[in-house]
Amino acid sequence: MDALILSRLQFAATIGFHILWPTFSIGTAAFVAFLSFRWWRTGNPVFRDLMRFWSRLFGLSFAMGVVTGLVLSYEMGTNWAGFSQSTGRVLGPLFAYEVLVAFFLEAGFIGIVLFGEGRISRGAHLIACCIVAFGTLLSAALVLAANSWMQTPGGVVRDADGIFHVTDWLAVILTPSYPYRVMHMLGASFLTVSFLVAGVSAIQLLREPGQAAARKAFSLALWAALILAPLQIVLGDMHGLNTRQYQPTKLAAMEGLWESGRGVPATLFAWPDMDAERNRFAVEIPRLGSLYLTHSWNGEVRGLRAVPREDRPYVPIVFFAFRIMAGIGILLLTVAITGAILRLRGRLFASRRFQWLTIAVSPLGFVAVIAGWTVTEAGRQPWVVYGLLRTADAVSPVPSAAVATSLLLFLLLYAALLVVFIGFATRLILRGVATSRTTDLDRRSEAHG
Amino acid sequence: MDEPVMFAAPLGLCGIVYVLADGFDLGVGILSLAAPREVERLAMIEGLEPIWDGNETWLVMGAALLWAAFPAAFAVLLSAFYLPVMAMLFALILRGVAIAFRGNAERFRRAWDVVFGAGSVLAALAQGMILGGLINGVSVHDGRFAGSATDVLSVLGLLCGVGLMGGYALLGAGWLIWRSEGTTRTFAREGGHAALIVTTAMLVVVSLWTALVDPRIAERWFGWPTILWLAPVPMLAMLASAATWFSLWGESRVRPLLLGVVIFLCGFAGLAVSLWPYAIPHSVTIWQAASDPQSLRFIGFGLIIVLPVVLAYQANAYWVFRRSAQTTPEGYES
Repeated sequence: MDALILSRLQFAATIGFHILWPTFSIGTAAFVAFLSFRWWRTGNPVFRDLMRFWSRLFGLSFAMGVVTGLVLSYEMGTNWAGFSQSTGRVLGPLFAYEVLVAFFLEAGFIGIVLFGEGRISRGAHLIACCIVAFGTLLSAALVLAANSWMQTPGGVVRDADGIFHVTDWLAVILTPSYPYRVMHMLGASFLTVSFLVAGVSAIQLLREPGQAAARKAFSLALWAALILAPLQIVLGDMHGLNTRQYQPTKLAAMEGLWESGRGVPATLFAWPDMDAERNRFAVEIPRLGSLYLTHSWNGEVRGLRAVPREDRPYVPIVFFAFRIMAGIGILLLTVAITGAILRLRGRLFASRRFQWLTIAVSPLGFVAVIAGWTVTEAGRQPWVVYGLLRTADAVSPVPSAAVATSLLLFLLLYAALLVVFIGFATRLILRGVATSRTTDLDRRSEAHG
Repeated sequence: MDEPVMFAAPLGLCGIVYVLADGFDLGVGILSLAAPREVERLAMIEGLEPIWDGNETWLVMGAALLWAAFPAAFAVLLSAFYLPVMAMLFALILRGVAIAFRGNAERFRRAWDVVFGAGSVLAALAQGMILGGLINGVSVHDGRFAGSATDVLSVLGLLCGVGLMGGYALLGAGWLIWRSEGTTRTFAREGGHAALIVTTAMLVVVSLWTALVDPRIAERWFGWPTILWLAPVPMLAMLASAATWFSLWGESRVRPLLLGVVIFLCGFAGLAVSLWPYAIPHSVTIWQAASDPQSLRFIGFGLIIVLPVVLAYQANAYWVFRRSAQTTPEGYES
C-alpha cells in the first residue's frame, strides 16, 4: 500500500479514536458542572457523590482526549504536509485560537475540578467546573469551524501554487455548514452521555435497587434523553438539508442515489455498485426520499452521476455509515420514549427489563458519533478541502514503511488503551457511586483535612 | 520590526515555556525510574497530576502557532522529523495515561510507574533527536522535504537527547526540592547531582559541535566583535552550572530550580544565535516561510490579549496546589 492510503487509514484511526473522548468529556463536563451546581445550592450529598463519581470518569477521559488530540495536531504536518502547506494561513490560526482560548482554559482548571476539593470553597469549585465545561464547548466550536471550512470553504482565494489566502475571516469561520455541524455534534455528545449515564446508573440500580444516587442520575439522564433524542433528529435533518445544498455529491452517496430526479425514493437497504453505477438488492420506498431530503413530495435531488467518477466518494462506506447513525438515532428515541411511558406509569425504577435495555444501548451513542463522522469525512472525498484540494495532493513525502509502522503501533496502543480504560471504568462503576467516596482524594482530605 | 520577526518571538516563548514546564514534568518521570521506593514514586506522580496536561498544552500551542505563522516550516519540518515526532507522541501518550491511571490504580502500580518513567525518557530522547535534526539542517527542494526519513537520526541528535534527559532531570530535581518533603526531597538532591553532570557535559559537547559544524556559525560565535557580546551566554551557563552544584544541598528550596531554568535559557539563547534567521535551518528563512500578514495579524491579536490571561490562570493553578496534599490546610467544609 502507498503512503497516501496508509496516511488516510492512520488519520481515520487516530481521529476516530480521539473523537470518543471529546464526545464523552463535552457531555460529562456539563453534567459535572450541573451536579456541582446542585450540590452547592442544595447541600444534598447525593449530588456531591455523583459529582465526584462522574468527575473521576471525566478526568480519565479528559487525559485520553489530551494525549490523543496532541497526536492530531502533529499529524497535520507529519502525514499531511501538502495540506498543511496549502491551508496553514487559514486553519493554522483557527487551531492556534482553539489552543489559546479553549485548551489552556480546560487544562488550567481541570486540576482544580479533579483535585481542588478541600483546597478551595464549594463555590470556587463550582466556578472551576463551569469554566471547564465552557472550555469544552469553546474547543468544539473552534475545531468544528476548521472542519466546516474544509467541508464548505469560504472567505479565501487560492494562488497559482495552490496556497489559500484569507480575504475575510468572518466568512472563513461562519461557513454555510458550520452552525448545523456544531449543533449536531454538541447534540450528539449530550445525547451520548445521557444514555451512558442512564446505562451506568442502571448497572448500579440492578445491583442495589434502592440506591439514591443511582436513581437520581437514572431519572435525570432519561429526562435529558427524552428532550435530546428528538432534538438531535431535527438537527440532523437540518444538517442534511444543508448538505444537499452545499455538498450534493455527499448527500447522494448517503442516499445511494445515482440518477438526479424529482420524487426520488428512500432506499432502506441496498448494495451500491460503483462500477455499474446502480444499487443491487435495493429495498425502496417511493417518493419518501424527496420528502425528507427536500420536505416536498416532488423535490429535486442530485444523483451521483451528475459528477464524474473521479469526483465521487467511495459510496458504500458513506451509505452504510449513514444508515448505522440514523438507525441508532431512531433506536435511542424509542428507548427514551419507552422510559417516559414507564415514568408516567410510575415504573421507571421498577422495570428491570428496561434497565437491561438502557445498559444494552448505552454505548451506541459512541458508535453513532463515529458513523456520523465517517459519513461527513468519507463523504467529502476525494477532496480534503471540498471541491478545491484533493486528498491525494495533501499527503507528505514520507516513506510508506514509516507510516505503516506508526499505523500499526497506533492500532496496538489505542486498542490497549481502550481495554485499560474500560477496565478502570468498569471497576469504578461496579464499586458504585456512594462508595466511590473512598478514593485517593478522600483518603487525602480525610486523613489530613 | 517586521511581522515574521515578531512571530518568531512568541513561537520561541512557547518553546521555552514548554521546555521548562513539561521539562520538569518529564524530569520527574526520568528521576522516578531511579526512585527506590513506592512512597517516593507516588509522591512524585501525585505532585504532577493537577498540572501535567497544562504543561503539555504548550506543545500543542507550539505546533498550532508554527502552523499558523510559518506554514512552510511546519509542513517540511514535521514530515522530515516523522520518526522522532511519532516516537515522542507515543511516549507522551504512554506517560500521560500512566499519570491519569496511576492515581486510580489498585493493581500493577509498579507497571504504571515503569510506563511513566520510560515514556518520559523516550520523550526526552525523541525531542533530542528533533533538536539534533534542526541543528544539522533539513534539505528542501521546491518547498518540500527532499531528504530521507532517517536523516534525522544522527549522533548529534543522540547527544542532544542525552543532554535533554539530564537537563529535564535537573529541572525535575529542582521542582521536587521545591515542592516535596522528606525522603523524596533527599532523593531529588542526590539525583540532581547526576543530572547536572550529564547536562553540563552535553551542553559543552553540543555547543561546540553546533558552533564548529558550520563555518558561518563558527564565524558568528568566534568572530570579532560579535564574540564580545555572545561570550557571556556560555559563560553564564557555566556559572549557573557551578552555582547549581552548590545549591542542591543548600538552604534555599527554589534556588536549584531557578538555576536550572537559567541553564536552559542560556541553551536557548545559544541555539537562537546559531539557527537565526532560519525557520527551516540552513534552507528557508523566517521571512520566506512566513504566513500572510492578515493571518499573522489575526492570530497576533489573540496572542496579545489571551496569552497574559493564560499565564495568569496557569499561575493560579500552581498556587492552588502550592503545597503537597499532606499539608492541606484545615477549615474546609466537606
